[in-house]
Amino acid sequence: MFEQSIGKRSEKVKNTVERGAVKKFAEAIGDLHPLYIDEAYGQRSRFGENIAPPTFPRVFAYGAIEGLVLPPKGLIHGEQRYHYTRPLLVGEDVYCFLEVKNYEEKAGKSGQMGILTLGGHGLDDAGEAIFTSEQVIIISAAVRRMMRV
Amino acid sequence: MTMRTMQPGEELKSVTLPPVSRLDLIKYAGASGDFNPIHTIDEEAENAGLPGIIAHGMWTMGNLTQLFTPYLEDGLVTDYHIRFRGMVFLDDVLTLTATLTERDGKHLTFDIGTVKTNGDTVLAGQAVYELYE
Repeated sequence: MFEQSIGKRSEKVKNTVERGAVKKFAEAIGDLHPLYIDEAYGQRSRFGENIAPPTFPRVFAYGAIEGLVLPPKGLIHGEQRYHYTRPLLVGEDVYCFLEVKNYEEKAGKSGQMGILTLGGHGLDDAGEAIFTSEQVIIISAAVRRMMRV
Repeated sequence: MTMRTMQPGEELKSVTLPPVSRLDLIKYAGASGDFNPIHTIDEEAENAGLPGIIAHGMWTMGNLTQLFTPYLEDGLVTDYHIRFRGMVFLDDVLTLTATLTERDGKHLTFDIGTVKTNGDTVLAGQAVYELYE
């Protein structure tokens, strides 16, 4: 179904680690640590700035991959990875894109299901990687049948 | 507990969250931009064959990372890797855990997980923490 998409990438999208968005996100995950939200604390920290929680890249836009259209509902999030070379700093710009790392199909209880692996990338102004992520999405047999209609 | 002296088998202080509420998930939808309605609207969850709304997997993972937050000025969590193993429903009570399994110089590897009161595993995986020099 998505075999032909393997290796395809989106165009980079510029995102900003917005102070208000970080605070809202930290609150939503129950982690209002001053390192995330207290400006003076951030300035005194080794980073000289507040940082964002490790799962914050969920907020970023990554652009669309040509030919990869996923249904808005019915997908199952199977697995998630993040790899960081340094924390995300509040106020900085991050250039994000997505790539299709793999797609395979396996026999499930109710038919063939699809397993899609997407890789996310976040680069700084100089093009250096800040983080990479990997998301494994399971497309059930029922959802695959709906997508064909 | 400090990361510099911690030994394999020791745990970070675990956290038990208040029962999952609809407002938790509405807030996460707004903060993350994930508005999949199975996380907030009963009817949509039922149409998807679920007994009720379920938490965003990333909400649970996001909560789990708080175990490491007190240590982020002494080191970086270079890697988080988790597998989602079970669904979280309203009123579930979740406990977040991290156990040191291996220490190799400045790298500390943890088993991380989230379990319900009944013992069901919601997610499980590993985190690698690297001490700054």
